[in-house]
Amino acid sequence: MSLPIPPLLTYALRRLVQAVPVIVLIMVGTFLLLKLAPGDTVDALVGDMGGADAQFIERLRIEYGLDQPVWVQLWRYMSKLATFDFGWSFVYEQPVATVLMDRLGTTLLLMATSLSIAFTVGVALGAIAARRAYSLTDNVISTLGLVFYATPSFFLSLMMMLLFSVKLGWLPVGGIKTIAGFYTGWDHVWDVALHLIMPTAALSLIYLSFYLRLMRSSVLQVADLDFVRTARAKGAGETRLMFHHIMRNALLPVVTLFGLQFSTVLGGSVVVETIFTLPGLGQLAYQSVIQRDMNTLMGIIFLCSIIVVVVNFLTDLLYARLDSRIELS
Amino acid sequence: MSIIDDTRLRPAEPSRAVVFWNRYRRNRAALLGLVLFAVVVLMALTAGLVDPGDPLRRAGAPLTAPFVDMATPLGTDQLGRDILSGLFYGARISLLVGVVATLVAIAIGVVIGALAGYFGGWVDDVLMRITEAFQTIPNFVLLLTLVAILGSKIEWITLAIGIVSWTAPARMVRAEFMSLRNREFVDAARNLGVSNTSLIFREILPNALPPIIVYASVIMALSILLESALAFLGLGDPNYASWGNMIGQGRAVLRTAWYCAAIPGIAIVLTVLSFSLLGEGLNDALNPRQKQ
Repeated sequence: MSLPIPPLLTYALRRLVQAVPVIVLIMVGTFLLLKLAPGDTVDALVGDMGGADAQFIERLRIEYGLDQPVWVQLWRYMSKLATFDFGWSFVYEQPVATVLMDRLGTTLLLMATSLSIAFTVGVALGAIAARRAYSLTDNVISTLGLVFYATPSFFLSLMMMLLFSVKLGWLPVGGIKTIAGFYTGWDHVWDVALHLIMPTAALSLIYLSFYLRLMRSSVLQVADLDFVRTARAKGAGETRLMFHHIMRNALLPVVTLFGLQFSTVLGGSVVVETIFTLPGLGQLAYQSVIQRDMNTLMGIIFLCSIIVVVVNFLTDLLYARLDSRIELS
Repeated sequence: MSIIDDTRLRPAEPSRAVVFWNRYRRNRAALLGLVLFAVVVLMALTAGLVDPGDPLRRAGAPLTAPFVDMATPLGTDQLGRDILSGLFYGARISLLVGVVATLVAIAIGVVIGALAGYFGGWVDDVLMRITEAFQTIPNFVLLLTLVAILGSKIEWITLAIGIVSWTAPARMVRAEFMSLRNREFVDAARNLGVSNTSLIFREILPNALPPIIVYASVIMALSILLESALAFLGLGDPNYASWGNMIGQGRAVLRTAWYCAAIPGIAIVLTVLSFSLLGEGLNDALNPRQKQ
């Protein structure tokens, strides 16, 4: 007597349950990092006030529960994190959650655009290179892939700035919008798009090479399999062969890499956002390190981890949808 | 006695090193990688000969263009520091950080992966959840946090890079161990009463190493990129010349003297490229049957 639950849904639920211990571990990890960092909340608070006498500091410590055993502190910290309460930022004089939410949109926009470009262009170029393996086209694509793989994102960003902003003057150097522009409607959209071209290009060119290289070797491998030969013998044209038979199977490892790589790309946005002064989570992470704003930094780690878990969950579902061999139950 | 004289002995097989080299050199790109790598190592070794003294001291007029003054052949930055000697000393830091961080990452990865793959069960569950947690946190954000906590000394930076890079080798070692732990030679050794420690490190590990060695070149390349990104952001060790730091400083004079950032940038690209090519060559030489 079991309810007819679609297998994809049970699979999804199981993946979600598996993510719980990972998130709990990350909570414990951020707590440990906070404890390892020199100074605590009260130190930051007192520093913010410009000093206080010892008795007052003692009272504050009791009020913030810092006199309690570590286990109690850990439990309180985790229950606060679970409700997305990251504490107070003494640099921004706001709750950390508010600061983070202000920045989240920019980072998500940058991630979405650069990853979709990197993924589609990388997959397309990888497939083309594999179909013409060892030709001039393949050599050019593969060499470019290797070079971009080896280029640090900050160096690529600087060289693009040098060319497009300094020499040609086509694109703005940084920021998310023209400060004194006060654009509205489509003008605003166009303005933001112009500001995002270079950061998006920098991130996607670097990570494109990952997908390109994997897609190339994956297509080469799949193209050798028996079912492709069968399809060809049945008279399938090269185009149909590529899109219906090879691509779908060759995409599987690339989708896996997409999930695995996502946290790396999110980390890479720290450098790119800082260079282009984009007000996103990455730039906030850098500023928090410089200003020793540990509460904000831990908030970023936790929020980024949640985003990564969600994206991994979605790629798992996509993978299950693409690969009919996978056992859902 | 005469029997042996009559037996036709097989010609001696070439040694393993020769076979390895023959396979390696078939890949021309890998040869280029080896040459580039040798150049970087040479630069790191001869830094003291090319420019005895502190690479961070003033060597000429600030912002001299390359190929103008023979005392500073690649020009100087805004503080008059010689870019060529920065390049040579920077090679030292990049290689040092790359090698040591890779060793740290592989050491952690081997221990965690070996324990998880060998014992399986709850040990595997616990260790893999920890690995996933480390994979979930964006590694550059974790690196920034560790540097914020530990400080910007070169030793701590290297350790921190190792700590954020061990997850991939751990997963690889685990997969190898899982496929090797029930092979006959392991069973045979176990039946002879060999201890778990010996089984892990003396029987299984040597067989699990080849893919890890290939992957080490990837970790080394990533470590160099991570260190240079930290130094670029001004969070590196200020007491050593580093390519990333030179680019970070060059950013301030990008408009007038773009070569200050471009020259060390090309050095990073070529170094990382050499590791990628080396890795591909090693892969071809160690797994000759695998078709890429």
